[in-house]
Amino acid sequence: MQLALFIIFGLLAVAGAVNFLLQRHPINSALSLVVVMMSLAVLYWSLGAEFLAAAQVIVYSGAVMVLFVFVVMLLNAGEEERTHGSRAAYLAGVPGAAAVFCLLSFVFLTNSKAFGSTDITSHLTHAVNNIAEISQVLFKDLLLPFEVTSILILVAILGAVVLARKEQ
Amino acid sequence: MTVPISYYLILAAILFCVGVASFLIKRNIITIFMSIELMLNAVNLTFVAFAHMWHQITGQIFVFFVMVVAAAEAAVGLAIIIAIFRTRQTLNVDQVNLLKN
Repeated sequence: MQLALFIIFGLLAVAGAVNFLLQRHPINSALSLVVVMMSLAVLYWSLGAEFLAAAQVIVYSGAVMVLFVFVVMLLNAGEEERTHGSRAAYLAGVPGAAAVFCLLSFVFLTNSKAFGSTDITSHLTHAVNNIAEISQVLFKDLLLPFEVTSILILVAILGAVVLARKEQ
Repeated sequence: MTVPISYYLILAAILFCVGVASFLIKRNIITIFMSIELMLNAVNLTFVAFAHMWHQITGQIFVFFVMVVAAAEAAVGLAIIIAIFRTRQTLNVDQVNLLKN
């Protein structure tokens, strides 16, 4: 059951990411990135992180991607054209990324036994605990960093307003 | 039916490498910025997988903070992109070379 869930949404995520890479219009890239984030939310849920699955849908595919789509529409960005720089990037980038992937998957597969495997049933029996545990840590042990994030977001809002303001 | 944690990690590696490749290949500033978000998401998946593996909540807390920082970064970065577009009238990174010479 969980394996089927993983395969379906993992393939969906990979297909969305590859489509993101291949599309040349920014709006198509943004929409396929939404697919990746939604399927990652399902995978978070299958790993027993219900709070993060909800936050992924709300924050990433809700707020951040809407912001991206808004900017693409605002700037009226068209298709990107192929230039000389992009051919050089193909030659250097694709083998580099493939090498990083080979290294990472080699490390993960050789240590596969040590990692163990997921089991969702033990999580589902006390599924409410996840949010309770997170809030316990967030509001007790990490209260100061949690409050500092609000200052970070405030500074980001002020910076965005200052940067996007029209010069007189 | 259980899934080995290494499958989740390999999926995250695939997503991360697609993000790296599109960061290098794409020539549109907005798409480059989106590929950074893709890489952050891939790293978040490894955090959640390891948190599940060790039965610890710390990894999930870390993902929460990464999400907060990514949201703030998206707001500031898109404002910078709008400012660059106002002055240069282009989104192509090959033509944004103020600091080159």
